Amino acid sequence: MHKEAAIREPLILGHKTYHDITEDVCRPIEDKAPRMWYILFGIALIIGLYGVGCILYLLGTGIGVWGLNKTIGWAWDITNFVWWVGIGHAGTLISAVLLLFRQKWRMAINRSAEAMTIFAVFMAGLFPLIHMGRLWVGYWTLPLPNQFGSLWVNFNSPLLWDVFAISTYLSVSLVFWYIGLIPDFATIRDRAKKPVAKKMYSILSFGWSGRAKHWNRFELVSLVLAGLATPLVFSVHSIVSFDFATSVIPGWHTTIFPPYFVAGAVFSGFAMVQTLMLIMRKAMGLEAYIHTKHVEYMNIVIMVTGSIVGTAYITELFISWYSGVEYESYAFINRATGPYWWAYWSMMTCNVISPQLMWFRKLRRSLLFTFIISIVVNIGMWFERYVIIVTSIHRDYIPGAWSMHYPSHIDLGVYVGTIGLFFVFFLLFARYFPVLALNEVKTILKSSGESYKNAPDHHDHSEESHSNH
Amino acid sequence: MAEKVIYAMYDDDDVLKDGAKKLVAKGVKISEVFSPFPIHGIDPIIGVKNTRLGIMAFLYGLTGLLLATIGMRFFMVVDWPMNIGGKPNFSYLDNMLAFVPITFEFTVLCAAHGMAITYLLRNKTLPGMPAQNPDPRTTDDKFVMEIRLSENDKFTSEELEGMLKETGLIELDQKEIK
Repeated sequence: MHKEAAIREPLILGHKTYHDITEDVCRPIEDKAPRMWYILFGIALIIGLYGVGCILYLLGTGIGVWGLNKTIGWAWDITNFVWWVGIGHAGTLISAVLLLFRQKWRMAINRSAEAMTIFAVFMAGLFPLIHMGRLWVGYWTLPLPNQFGSLWVNFNSPLLWDVFAISTYLSVSLVFWYIGLIPDFATIRDRAKKPVAKKMYSILSFGWSGRAKHWNRFELVSLVLAGLATPLVFSVHSIVSFDFATSVIPGWHTTIFPPYFVAGAVFSGFAMVQTLMLIMRKAMGLEAYIHTKHVEYMNIVIMVTGSIVGTAYITELFISWYSGVEYESYAFINRATGPYWWAYWSMMTCNVISPQLMWFRKLRRSLLFTFIISIVVNIGMWFERYVIIVTSIHRDYIPGAWSMHYPSHIDLGVYVGTIGLFFVFFLLFARYFPVLALNEVKTILKSSGESYKNAPDHHDHSEESHSNH
Repeated sequence: MAEKVIYAMYDDDDVLKDGAKKLVAKGVKISEVFSPFPIHGIDPIIGVKNTRLGIMAFLYGLTGLLLATIGMRFFMVVDWPMNIGGKPNFSYLDNMLAFVPITFEFTVLCAAHGMAITYLLRNKTLPGMPAQNPDPRTTDDKFVMEIRLSENDKFTSEELEGMLKETGLIELDQKEIK
């Protein structure tokens, strides 16, 4: 078995046994939901339904109900799309990239981060669909034989690449997530007492029995899916950035976009994971599994990706001047000093300055501070997309076409509604699904569990661990 | 025909693994191990061969790559070449770069889903399949070794039970299965 240095902080606190892990994860599912859950669910549902109402109104009336105009043809819709896709990058990154790097701390958070990813990509996918105005012809984005002559979709277009990228990402993430869930559903199935629950989890667990051969396949499938999902994560947000980078709009036409978008996506995704995890660990009593060390690791990722994003902002600014292209430099001067200066500087403050505070060990280990920063980061990342999209196009080449963007209440309703729907999904997940990869966590109990690490006569390297103390 | 099976239950994965090693050394054939999580290193001991699903994933990926290439060549070069500023539209190679993203995505799509479907079919883990673990506790914190008498005609069931009892098990059960 893999051994771990004794000075490394344990990943599972307290004196847990295999059975304790099962108990800790299954209890919230088997018990009655606390009143707080119903309250939160109710609020999220009302907001979500309001969003659905706004979407229906939009579909019935047309996308003219958004605050768009002739100059600003893209605003909150695509901002929200990119924002949600970005958030939906942490889950697969945690479960795939960290699996390849053998980072064991991912096991405590990968399940819920992946769920978060899937729900975020659902929300992201909504925006291009409703942006069509005619949702029912959404299938026109697929290369299907049709009756309009030999008309195919344009495979040169980054918007079509996006269709393929997002749908591949969503479906592969879903499969990856579900394959990991099957053994955990089996655990719940074998514990279930109520007939309905037994039946439901029995169907969900696909008859999993935990045979040696099945586990052998399971491990390989997880590894290969991780290997496939890793380049996928990077490709998806690169392709999202191509939507802008392949255009000829000053401020969008930038080769730095793909890496900068990917870093930004990881940055905002981890922030969202922090926001959710900090509440979830408390509400579901999972403090022994998701503790300060996990939060610290995630904060380090936020710090690194935040620094990449900051470097990208400054590089972009420098190049706009250095290029000598006046349209390009104007786009950036206008961002920082034009009518949208407040959006630009909110973005700069939230995304460049706030992650740098994570250099302080005290701050990155503070849960309250982390929670605040995680929300600040996601506000900043929303502004980033808003700045890139709206400020680049609101001042056209001809001053006569200059315009400002004022969101309508439908813009706002749809956006807030997706946040509501996202929480509806996440709360349902937290209620009925194992939020921790409980069987996977058991595999690290002996190498990273506190009671095993500190047991004097359990480990071969107990001698060396004493000398370290 | 009913068959006699011995189930030996352990409460620790390492104890089961050491026990299995000893039993196999004595010539006992262990037909199955049920565990709540993968026990690393158990496969070579009980003779479970490594899965070939990885090769399948590669083949599915190759299929996706091929389909995407053929498809986009047909759509964009053969059937309806688009005139984009008079750029060359009559050869696949000249336009290939624009097709890389979708080719990649489609390769991943086919590899991932092909492998996942094969995995579920080979395992026979599908919606509605009955659970086959001998004890519900094997998905919690217990580990069970299954020994079939028909595969161990060298030993009587008493001999097998005697050997099993020396391996630190916590429960022993004999069942008849079809």
